[in-house]
Parts: sequence; C-alpha cells; structure tokens
Amino acid sequence: MADTATNDPVYKTDALIAEDIDTYLSTHQHKTMLRFITCGSVDDGKSTLIGRLLYDSKMIFEDQLAALENDSKRVGTQGQEIDFALLVDGLAAEREQGITIDVAYRFFNTEKRKFIVADCPGHEQYTRNMITGASTADLAVILVDARKGVLVQTRRHSYLCNLIGIKNIVLAVNKMDLVDYSEEVFDKIVADYSEFAKSIGIESFTAMPISGFKGDNITKAPSANTPWYKGPSLVDHLETVEVRSAEDQDKPFRMPVQWVNRPNLDFRGFSGLIATGGVKPGDAVRVLPSGKTSTVKSVVTFDGELDEAVAGQSVTLTLDDEIDCSRGNVLSVADNPPEVSDQFEASIVWLADEDLIVGRNYWLKLGTQTVSAAVQEPKYKVDVNTMEHLAAKTLSLNEIGVAELFTDKSIVFEAYQQNRALGGFILIDKITNQTVAAGMLNFSLRRAQNVHWQPTDITRADHAAMKNQKPRVLWFTGLSGSGKSTIANEVEKRLALMNRHTFLLDGDNVRHGLNKDLGFTEADRIENIRRVGEVAKLMTDAGLIVLTAFISPFRAERQMVRDMLAEDEFIEIFVDTPLEVAEERDVKGLYKKARSGQLKNFTGIDSPYEAPESPEIRVNTVEMTPEEAAEHIVRAILPLK
Amino acid sequence: MSEHVNLTHLQRLEAEAIHIMREVVAEAEKPVMLYSVGKDSAVMLHLARKAFYPSPPPFPLLHVDTTWKFQAMYELRNEMAERSGMELLVYQNPEAKERGINPFDHGALHTDMWKTEGLKQALDLYGFDAAFGGARRDEEKSRAKERVFSFRTASHGWDPKNQRPELWNLYNARKKKGESIRVFPISNWTELDVWQYIHLEDIPIVPLYFSEKRPTVERDGMLLMVDDERFPLAEGEEPVMRSIRFRTLGCYPLTGAVESEAATLPEVIQETLLTTTSERQGRAIDKDEGGAGMEKKKQEGYF
Repeated sequence: MADTATNDPVYKTDALIAEDIDTYLSTHQHKTMLRFITCGSVDDGKSTLIGRLLYDSKMIFEDQLAALENDSKRVGTQGQEIDFALLVDGLAAEREQGITIDVAYRFFNTEKRKFIVADCPGHEQYTRNMITGASTADLAVILVDARKGVLVQTRRHSYLCNLIGIKNIVLAVNKMDLVDYSEEVFDKIVADYSEFAKSIGIESFTAMPISGFKGDNITKAPSANTPWYKGPSLVDHLETVEVRSAEDQDKPFRMPVQWVNRPNLDFRGFSGLIATGGVKPGDAVRVLPSGKTSTVKSVVTFDGELDEAVAGQSVTLTLDDEIDCSRGNVLSVADNPPEVSDQFEASIVWLADEDLIVGRNYWLKLGTQTVSAAVQEPKYKVDVNTMEHLAAKTLSLNEIGVAELFTDKSIVFEAYQQNRALGGFILIDKITNQTVAAGMLNFSLRRAQNVHWQPTDITRADHAAMKNQKPRVLWFTGLSGSGKSTIANEVEKRLALMNRHTFLLDGDNVRHGLNKDLGFTEADRIENIRRVGEVAKLMTDAGLIVLTAFISPFRAERQMVRDMLAEDEFIEIFVDTPLEVAEERDVKGLYKKARSGQLKNFTGIDSPYEAPESPEIRVNTVEMTPEEAAEHIVRAILPLK
Repeated sequence: MSEHVNLTHLQRLEAEAIHIMREVVAEAEKPVMLYSVGKDSAVMLHLARKAFYPSPPPFPLLHVDTTWKFQAMYELRNEMAERSGMELLVYQNPEAKERGINPFDHGALHTDMWKTEGLKQALDLYGFDAAFGGARRDEEKSRAKERVFSFRTASHGWDPKNQRPELWNLYNARKKKGESIRVFPISNWTELDVWQYIHLEDIPIVPLYFSEKRPTVERDGMLLMVDDERFPLAEGEEPVMRSIRFRTLGCYPLTGAVESEAATLPEVIQETLLTTTSERQGRAIDKDEGGAGMEKKKQEGYF
C-alpha cells in the first residue's frame, strides 16, 4: 500500500487468534456494540474514513483489496492511490457517478467493541437516507474538511442528528494533512462549530483533528503530526463512549406487545422487545390503553425463564390474570404508565416525492400500533441550512416541519425525547404503501385530554330501532355529470315510499353552507369529504339512511369515510359514466369552462378521478336510465332492517 | 435501576432478529422461511425457534432445490425440519428438471433457472407474501445497502434506487396483492458473528464446513469436490484426496473448497479470522457482470 500511515493497525490481535483461539472467542463474545453514522459534506472524506477503519481493522480481504486497487486505477478519484470510497459505494449508479446515494452499513471489530457504521450520503437530496441511517445510531461522526471549515451541509447534518436525538457527536476535522496539521486552523473550526452547536441545542461534542487518508489520530493519539492534540483517538473514543441502551435501562418499564403467543390453552404469553426499563416476575404491570393491571408471572425465553429482563431484550411475558392484551397494546410498570392521546404536535420529516396532503389519512405506525392519522397544515417548516422557521402549506421531499396530527384512535405514546420507541413514527401512504414520512411526537394537545366523549342514554341502536331500519350511508361517487344527484334523488323517493327515514346530502348544496369556506384544491376537497363524512356519521347515529352525492375523486378519502363507520354501514355506489359521455352531457356547462381553462382542478380534465376498485354497487348510466339504476340500487340494499 | 446489564453485541443482534421475525408474523399474511441449509440458514432457523418459543415457528421452511446440492446438505435439511417441528417444502423448477439444466453444461443459466426462477415460481405457487432470507450486509456491496424489509414487485423485481426508508425498528410491511417482501433478520450480523453464535448456541451445521479428506479436482484455480457420480471428469482427470472444507455452501460444482486442517469449530473460526480472502470468493456467481453481478441478479429476483 502506498501510504504513510503513522499508526500501525492495533485493533485486531492476530497473535491471540493464532495462539489461543478460545480466549479470543471468549473476549469477543463479551464485546458490546456501538452503532454510529458518518456524515458531512460531499468531499469531506466520509467513505475514505470508513475505508480506513475497515482497512486498519483488517476487515478488507486480499481479494477485495485486489479488486479495489484495480477499480481505483480505473474510476478512482485519488490518482494512483487507493480510493477507499469505492469500497463502500456499493450500487452501480454510485460507482459510476462517484457519489453515495444510499446508506451503506459496514462492520468492524476492535478489541472492545463491535461497530456498525452507517455511511450516509451528503447531498441535500438524500436527507431522507441520512435520517434513516441516523435513526438507529448511538453516535454521529460529523466530518469537516479542514480547508473548508463549517459548511452549510455541516450545519444541516448536525441539525438532523440533534433532531433524531443522537447525544454523542464527534466533530472530526479531517484532511489535517492538507493544512500542515495546523492547531490554529483546528481551533478556529472548533470555535465556529461550538457557536453553531449551542444555537441548535447541542450541549456537548468531542472534537478531534484527523486524516482519514493518512491515518492520523484514527487509532492512536496524538499522532506525531499533532503533538498539540490532547484528546483520544477516534477509535479510543468509539470504544469507550456510553451506548444508549444503558440509558434506556434507567427509564420506567415499557414493552410494546408484538404478538400474542398461544401454543395451547394453558399458555398465553405476550411477546415483545423491551423498549425501556426492566421487568421481573412479581412486578405490577399495566396494559395500555385499557389501563387494566396485572402481575408478571414469568419471563419466558427459549433458554429458560429469566429472573430479570432489560431494555433491548426480546422476551415473552406471562401474567397472573387472563386480562385482555393484544398486538398494539403496551405493557408498562403499573404506577408510572405512558400517556394515551389522539391529538399531538409532531416534528415531521417528509420522505416522499409527492407532497404531504394536509387532512388526508395516512397509516401511522408507532411501536406496534397502526392507526389512521391526518396531518394538519404545518405551523412552520425549517430551513435546514439556516435553521429559520418558514411558513408552509405543505411539506415536500426532504423538508422538515412541525404540525398537529390527529389519529382516528387513541394511541399509547411518550414524547420522542423521552422514549424513541413510543415517540418515533412513520407515515405510510394508504394507496401506494410507500413510507412517506418519519416523525417524532413532541407532546399531546391539551384539548385532546380535556374533551371527553359524553355518553348518552338514548343510544344509536335505540334511534335505529325507533325508525325500524338499519342506518347506512349510500355513498354515490362518479364524475361531474355522471348522474349521481339524479339517481340518488330517485333512490330516496323509492325509500320514502317504503316508509324509510332518509336524508340526501348533495355536493352542490353542502358547498352553499357547511363547506362554503372550502375551494377546490386537493386539501380543500379532502376537508370537504371529511366534513360530509362526519355529518353522515352523525346522521347514522340518529338512525337515518343517508344518501350522499359527491364526486369524491380520491380513493383515500372514500376509504377514510368507510373507516369512520361501522363495518357494513358504508355502501359505495360507483356511478360509472365514461368521461366522453359526461362531457357530452355537460349539464352545468362546467366541462366547457374547464376545457377553456376558466375552471382549474376539474375532475377528469386536470385533476384525477380514482375509480373505485371494488364498489359494493356499480351502475352504468350508458346502459341504464336513472330509474333503472335506482331500482337496481334499492334491490341491492334490501332488506332494510 | 442503578446497575446496568451490559448486553453483548450478540445479545443485541439476537434480540433484533427476533423482533424482526415477530413483526413479519404479526403483519404478513403468509410468511415462509427460505432455508438453504447453509450456516446462515442454520442461525436463522435457530433464531426463529427462539422468537416464537414455546410455539413452533408459525411458518414453513422452503428449500428451493437445484438437485445439485451436496449430499450432506440434504441429510441435515431433513433432520433440522423434523427437529424444529416445521413443515418442509421442497421446490424444484420443473422446466429446469425437464431440460436437464446443470452447472457443467449451462453455466449462468443453471443459477438463473434453478434458483432465481425456481424461487419466483415457488413463492407464486404457494402465494407467500413474505420470505425470510439469511443474507447479511457484510457479504457483498449491494447487500450492504439493502433494507431489512426489502420490497419486491409482483414480478419479484428489486429497485435499489427506490427503497423504502427504514427508520428505527419500524418496518413497513404493507404491500398490494401479488407484491411481496424479502426479510433479512440477520442483516447486521458478520461472518464472525454467525460463527461465534453457532459456537455459543451449539447449532448443528453441515459437516462440510469442517475439514476432512475428500475427493477433489482443481479447475480454473478452484478446488471442486466430487460429491457424486454426476461430476464429469475431463480426460486424464483423476480426483485427488485433499484435506478440504467449505466456507460457503452452494451447488457442489459451483462452490470452491479451501485446503484446510480446521476440524473443530474454534479452528474454523480461527482460520476464518486469519484468512486473507473474503467469504464469497469461492462462489462463481459474484464474478459475473463485472462489479455489479449481485445487484443485477437481485433486480431480476434472485434472493
């Protein structure tokens, strides 16, 4: 290797492996693990540093090294020297473009620890990949090029690391060899960074002068080139810094239940990964959200029952009583349980190409709980380069904002700052199933805690029984001009003749009153449907058969209304009319306006209509008259009780 | 609590793998464990038994067979299925069988037909929507970048540039009908971790991992073992008895052996640690298509 490393690789004891493998194995067996990330600007030398750590700890084999030498000459960026970056950039596109796109995980051992390194891309467009790598890290190494000092990207990455809750930050001032190992340069950078770090709430960090390329202060400190440096080498620091799991053990016991283990009638165990604290047989525990209490009978594992289990262990608990507990519940210490709420303030990192749609329901997964959640208009978004708060209507790819968030069911949670496992969540698009956002709950909104459900003596079943009918929502959806209102009106007439209690909610009519503050943007259309859904739901509580005639173009919102109602109370009726036919009819003259550009966001023209995939009822208005369609619908929903 | 319990790296890796397996069982409709009988499969199966104890793992084992595995692998496979109380499904691509596809005459087509196509066919046939695999991130460059829950299209394709972000230990198992996920519970284990865990937990593995005198021939710098009479010998070629073992097990004509005297597990680990070549070096598959061999195979649906 053409290299002037000042330190010999010291962290793998070849001698012990060769002489006494059993001793070596027993040492290795008792190692702890540290997960960390490396981040920094594009050319700060992240991949080179990781390559160096792997090389020095002999995690690079001869065949890999031969391939590396070969690749370095062909596409490397270091002239005839070895380009370590090629070791970690694994995807073809990355090697071709010489940049890191996705997080790469690398592994190495020293005598004290096993390390998992997430090498994160530096470009702003890969913020989401960086957040991914940071979410599991105990420590972050933030690299700064000694020649360039603290840059915009250094600030952004520091902000993100702090946001995701990484407590241990290492400021590695790299490429010291290119500034003649100047103490002055180093001190200046540390002072600059210190000021910035304080401004975003980073309380402490460890700074060190290094050269990933030459090897200074990587394994041994101080290197001969930096006699003025008094701190530890990078590896020394990584080996001795306290890992997060120790801190988690000091917190109260919480375990999200993953799976109920029922091999036979005599055994019922609750399996999960302990998030915080510890648990012993005899401990009083509480099941959340129900609040019921019980006592731990045993801590079951394949290797026998345990006297105690702690944060970070996957176990199965059995309880003394047969209490109700299933996936999504959280087992907690009885006298200090986590909160339960359905309204929150959250910090959200948007990860998808499509913008956040305010008000739309996404799946929210937090611990083992999955519920529907709608994000409200952001209070602000953060300019990650200046930390400025900016006004925002939505969040786009890689943007970070703070917003209120409502879930359809109460969930068990803790603030992310206190408990990652009960405060960190992802949002999943209900149609594409993509993970679109990551978020951190900050606190629950007071109003959620103070507004309770008022139980009423006359129940919805009473209301329905008095009307001698089963309440339902007949939800007509289709293009403008498809005939929804006409057919709904025909259906209502028929139901009235059968002495049924009904109410028809018409799209146009509702927009004159209840929804007159709403326009036709995507967000407003979602809010329009949400309100109609809530009104329809109240009417079913009153025992009515509700007919609604709304274009309701998006599957996600029709699903949202379906989810608000009882299992078989939502009947989706697709009024199936081809666009050409609806446009030809153009009863209200709207298609003409839309085609001429006078009307924006018109469904079918410049805004999509997502047809139902499996509606309960479909009527074809090309083949059927409105009367025939109404007959067909009424027959399909019989009996009415 | 004032005293902290220091969990070792293996305890943390074990807890993580168990957590992953339980998430899959809770969220997938029809999971399956791909079982290749190698050491990584052995560890994965052992972890599955731990994850669901005292229940048996609530999914079957699937062996996508090429008919060209070592005899010793078939023996251990059957024994382990019985011991774990799990159903064993063996699938052999009928077309490959009919056309007599073999590693001697058909080269890359052998892997493609028996393994890649065979796996896709088996998953489609049984309608599995989640498949556990024993791949590790330290094995190969494109695997280092793959998610733990790795999404596959209905045609089993992998899009490395469009992977779902995976934060904390929150896994997104949602998918449409026909789509599936491959799940890698031991993603974060290294080769040394796997060996150490086998040692600590006393997990049964195929004897071929240990050195013994075996009939071999040398071809293109690779030592191949003559495992049965189907091995075509070139003119004048004579199998030579050598002390060999395998670092990785695939189809016997495609897997190179190393000369070794390591006959016990600690000796094997010792040799692994002192060795100077990477584990997959003995596998022909990674050398195809320049540096991107595995990435390309994975995009086409290889496990």
